[in-house]
Amino acid sequence: MTDSTDSSIDPAAIERSRRERIVIDASARGPIIHWLASAIFWLLLGTLLALGASVKLHDPEFLANNPWLTFGRVRPAHLNTMVYGWASGACVGVGLWIMSRLCRAPLRHGWSLHIAAVFWNIGNAVGTWGILSGGSLSMEWLEYPAGAAPWLLAAFAVATWQGVDMIRRRPPGHIYVSQWYLFASLFWFPMLYATAQVLLVWKPVAAPAQPPINWWYAHNVLGLWFTPVCLAAAYYLIPKVIGKPIHSYFLSMIGFWSLAFFYAWNGMHHLIGGPYPAWLISVSVAASVMMLVPVITVAVNHHFTMIGNFGALRWSPTLRFVVFAAMSYTVVSVQGSLTAVRAVNRITHFTHYTVAHAHLGMYAFVTMMLFGAIYYMMPRLLDREWPSAALIRVHFWCSAVGVLFYWGALSYGGLEQGLNLQNPDMPFMDIIARTLPYLRMRTWAGVLMTVGHLAFATSFLLMLFGKVRVVSTPTLFIRPTAKTNPA
Amino acid sequence: MNKASILFIGFLITLATSWIGLVLLPASHYNTQAAQLPTAFFTNQEIIARGQQVYQANGCIYCHSQQVGTRHFRSDQERGWGNRRTVSTDYLRDTVALLGTMRTGPDLANIGIRNPSPQWHYLHLYDPQLTSPGSIMPPLRFLFEPAKENPSADAFTLPDGRRIEPTDDARALVAYLLSLKRSQGELPEAFEPPPK
Repeated sequence: MTDSTDSSIDPAAIERSRRERIVIDASARGPIIHWLASAIFWLLLGTLLALGASVKLHDPEFLANNPWLTFGRVRPAHLNTMVYGWASGACVGVGLWIMSRLCRAPLRHGWSLHIAAVFWNIGNAVGTWGILSGGSLSMEWLEYPAGAAPWLLAAFAVATWQGVDMIRRRPPGHIYVSQWYLFASLFWFPMLYATAQVLLVWKPVAAPAQPPINWWYAHNVLGLWFTPVCLAAAYYLIPKVIGKPIHSYFLSMIGFWSLAFFYAWNGMHHLIGGPYPAWLISVSVAASVMMLVPVITVAVNHHFTMIGNFGALRWSPTLRFVVFAAMSYTVVSVQGSLTAVRAVNRITHFTHYTVAHAHLGMYAFVTMMLFGAIYYMMPRLLDREWPSAALIRVHFWCSAVGVLFYWGALSYGGLEQGLNLQNPDMPFMDIIARTLPYLRMRTWAGVLMTVGHLAFATSFLLMLFGKVRVVSTPTLFIRPTAKTNPA
Repeated sequence: MNKASILFIGFLITLATSWIGLVLLPASHYNTQAAQLPTAFFTNQEIIARGQQVYQANGCIYCHSQQVGTRHFRSDQERGWGNRRTVSTDYLRDTVALLGTMRTGPDLANIGIRNPSPQWHYLHLYDPQLTSPGSIMPPLRFLFEPAKENPSADAFTLPDGRRIEPTDDARALVAYLLSLKRSQGELPEAFEPPPK
């Protein structure tokens, strides 16, 4: 993006750059859409499992007689299909596409990514089937039985190799901040996953050592895999849509290295109050609070980039999702830093508050960012426009209102639950009864999000297989005017 | 920054430091501790190991924790969930540490002490409403079958008159639950100063 000032002067350079992008997008089309379409399949399955699990918590007789559909299997099946099938699959598709754009390196050996996508889907199918049929390992975020991991690791090795191949072919000079995040995350995820599989599944360590490793893994999957890819997308898409470079290179650098250093130490805050020595927990509490550094840095950087362009939120679908996600990142991270403080965690741990927090991270931040990125990518990959602004509008409002309602209801209910748990005079069954209204609200929020996902999947399918509409203008919410788009 | 190799070394170092602190140190510490114990310490009965698998397969962990906190931090001990906090050595005998992170249901660290009746557990697993009205625990009816012609000793009659008996999975699960007595015995590292 550094040379955009030069190319804006020279029409020939603009044309060269446009042709370059056409070549890159054509090379990425098949394999990247394979990954994205697979991810959307898992998103829909994960949504169905989520709704089932949510209803079961306030209506335990719902689908209770089939062991495959008991709550304790549907819930981990939901989490894993979302984490690996949807979010990770979409991160590979979005991340590699942004990488090839930024490295100005067309994707080579596309067939390898097609095979990798097939492997990724087999891994997820083996894992989901395994959980539902009674093979769950009951280690959080790692419930897929042992048979799934080799498929997933093999598929990911291809993605990492592809990313490195692009980095090696980049033109000489500056590496953009999105590339740092993507390059790092393509190594971090397989290292995390392989460590967890070896030490927890293949050759398990002594039992007391398992929860620390489990949470080192699970928290870092969010911190060092989903977060970097989604921040890379924000750093790429915000300047692209509003046509203005990122505010500060220096802040980007502080944000990146402080994230890498502090996030990696966060996981033990999931064990606060647990049977571990104080130093192990305290180091994570300290690191969690230090997360304020990268988070505020990134927030300031994005905010100053956006300033003067907030009007673009009125017309750009991509920007609306991306900015919603970026703001959620700030909120969820600050909330996370506060929740890691012992005095707060004492109340919120073991309650639905944590579940609400997790969804603010994985949905309002990660998933919304991936939606935004996909809205930007597909027209460029396919050289055609989204079929309907109304469908995108339905998607945005259902997802945004859904997840905020979800978060609000469960956070409040969870806080109340936590305070009640601390009161030994309150009978346990009374505590449960008081959570019921919030659990029902969560189901309704889930219904809303489901509608959003159906609108999204419909758009995506129409985009792929619908009649091609010949239009010369992009699908926007409204037509940008001088007032909404000063750039 | 324009050197990919320097970036790469940076990625490795940041992850490696946390790997040493949060993975290598706990793993080597507890592996060493486990290695010092005689093999006989680990010989769990087969039925309990199978029960733990049933517990894992059906995701009990998503609502039930197995850890007791200190008196000054949590109300666990006042609720009768254990008479001392649990410490890491209380989990040394396990193959998988099922500490849990949710308390949608009560803690189970000492369920074998708190409720030693297998009949109660069978009834509760079959239909939680029979023993705990208002519970939101899913009924695990699929772990039971109609009583055979020669019913087993643990067959029981439901309030509606039907006679059923547990499957081997249900027997194993209950054996596992009854084996959970984590706060048993005094340990120096579990000592808490008495409340002021």
